[in-house]
Amino acid sequence: MKVLITGISGALARRVASYLALDGQTVLGLDHRPWPDAPANITLFEADLRKRPAEDVFRLHRPDAVIHMGTVTHLNARTEERYRINLHGTRAVFEHGERYGVKQTIFIGRHTVYGAAPDAPLYHTENDPPLAASTYPALSDLVAADLFAGSALWKMPEMCTAVLRMVYVLGPSQRGTLASYLSGPFVPTVLGFDPLFQFMHEEDAARAIVLALKAKLRGIYNVAGPQPVPISVLARVIGKGTLPLPEPLFHLALGKFGLPWLPRGAENHVKYPVVIDGSRFDEETGFEPQWSEKTTMEGFRWSG
Amino acid sequence: MFPGLPEELRERIHRLDIPFNAYGLDRFGISRDTLAWFYSLLTPFYRQYFEVQTTGIEQVPETGRAMIIGNHSGGIPVDASMVMASLFLDMEPPRHVHGMVEKFAQKWPIVSQVFSRMGQLAGLPEHAVQLLEAERLLLVFPEGARGTGKLYRDRYRLVRFGTGFIRLALKTNTPIVPFAFVGGEEALPTLLHSRLLAQLTGAPYWPVPPWILPIPKPVPCRIHYGEPMTFDGDGTESDEVIEGWVNDVRERITELMRDGLQELNLPIPAHLGQDLEALA
Repeated sequence: MKVLITGISGALARRVASYLALDGQTVLGLDHRPWPDAPANITLFEADLRKRPAEDVFRLHRPDAVIHMGTVTHLNARTEERYRINLHGTRAVFEHGERYGVKQTIFIGRHTVYGAAPDAPLYHTENDPPLAASTYPALSDLVAADLFAGSALWKMPEMCTAVLRMVYVLGPSQRGTLASYLSGPFVPTVLGFDPLFQFMHEEDAARAIVLALKAKLRGIYNVAGPQPVPISVLARVIGKGTLPLPEPLFHLALGKFGLPWLPRGAENHVKYPVVIDGSRFDEETGFEPQWSEKTTMEGFRWSG
Repeated sequence: MFPGLPEELRERIHRLDIPFNAYGLDRFGISRDTLAWFYSLLTPFYRQYFEVQTTGIEQVPETGRAMIIGNHSGGIPVDASMVMASLFLDMEPPRHVHGMVEKFAQKWPIVSQVFSRMGQLAGLPEHAVQLLEAERLLLVFPEGARGTGKLYRDRYRLVRFGTGFIRLALKTNTPIVPFAFVGGEEALPTLLHSRLLAQLTGAPYWPVPPWILPIPKPVPCRIHYGEPMTFDGDGTESDEVIEGWVNDVRERITELMRDGLQELNLPIPAHLGQDLEALA
């Protein structure tokens, strides 16, 4: 099978690409960022997803499947730029896919689309509406991209589309949304709140994506890792202290004193949990995380 | 768990039917250490302060899901914590019961954190289903905040019951264990409500007893568990059918309250007597 991975230079995408290549699949990659030491059997195209050369990759190489990982979650990226990449990029992937005969598309989304709120339940199922746009406006582009990808299920019925809402990824690359939040010497939290955080190891996340491709999943799926743990436990196990700040000071302190910067609305995601139920995905793909919450956190600590 | 924890409580915590991970946490975020603290603080209140006498505890299933349903009373709901203590201290094997917390409490710093670590989740239907499907015990007061917000003159008068609990029990195939908690109304009799304090704290009401501060006084309390009740249905029945079953549970709790009041030699309030006559 010929698989095109967008955003292939990201840490998780590189791992997915390597697994697929090892498995004997033909892997193409698209990214505007380089991947200098990529394995020789992976063909890379340096292009912006929204530009003509990206469409050429679809037209000339005719991939059977696309794994769309070219969305930006770095919260420090400029908002307008993120909107363009996430929304126009996602649209381009599906339009090119439809035009050039892609049979299967997997959109890699985030579990945070469900949003964190005091009255939100634990263990969201796929039937719950993604509410993050109201609880955390900075995520509204990812919610829109997720819903747009989901709309391909009825707009492009001949294409097999899967939307994966994946929990945070932690691993040796030390990259990703959660890793940057944990990057400083102290993890800033809101005093009096200790929500559950749900994450999985990079290796498990990559395996889950490969399984989704093989199982030809169609629909919207939560992909959860091992049991979630409170942020205080996460910080302790990875060898950091927490810095509990009274809520009014939380925003003032972020981005200073070596603390990470987070956009407005982030405090909801530090006060309340976003926890998903991944059992439907596990049943349909046979996925089971190989890394427990303990080994994931300890691995993250010692690879840093 | 902390060093000074009495051996009896430590042993009971270890016998709880909760799958804890390497950090003493379960999938809902319950912390074994927090439970140890909580139950060690609760034990003197249960045994000495309120001198709670529990009967019928053998009616609560030793394993598997069940809903524990009773009357709510007394301004500050000591009934919930005393029911938790009775199932932990007097039951063999000990069991931990999950309560459903008013949503406003989720916004309070510290409080929401402590509730979460004890498995007292926000009162959402999704949580109730998840906990029952995980074969836990669920404590539900169908009167809700209407129950604890009653004034002293209305003591032991059951206010309107929600119907959600019956539909939930039917949908999840869960037996209902009715109970009556007696003494809560005397421990914190609510003379009036302070609207100002309720608004400031975001609470649905703020009880003011004769001694002003909402601190329950030590009065003997009783918990009576009744036989489990099951109903034959799937939760999609019409309101009329459901309300009939709600009334069955309500009647059973009323009878259990009367028995408890009699055992404590407390006067039976006139309206409870009328309710009982109506039943007869």
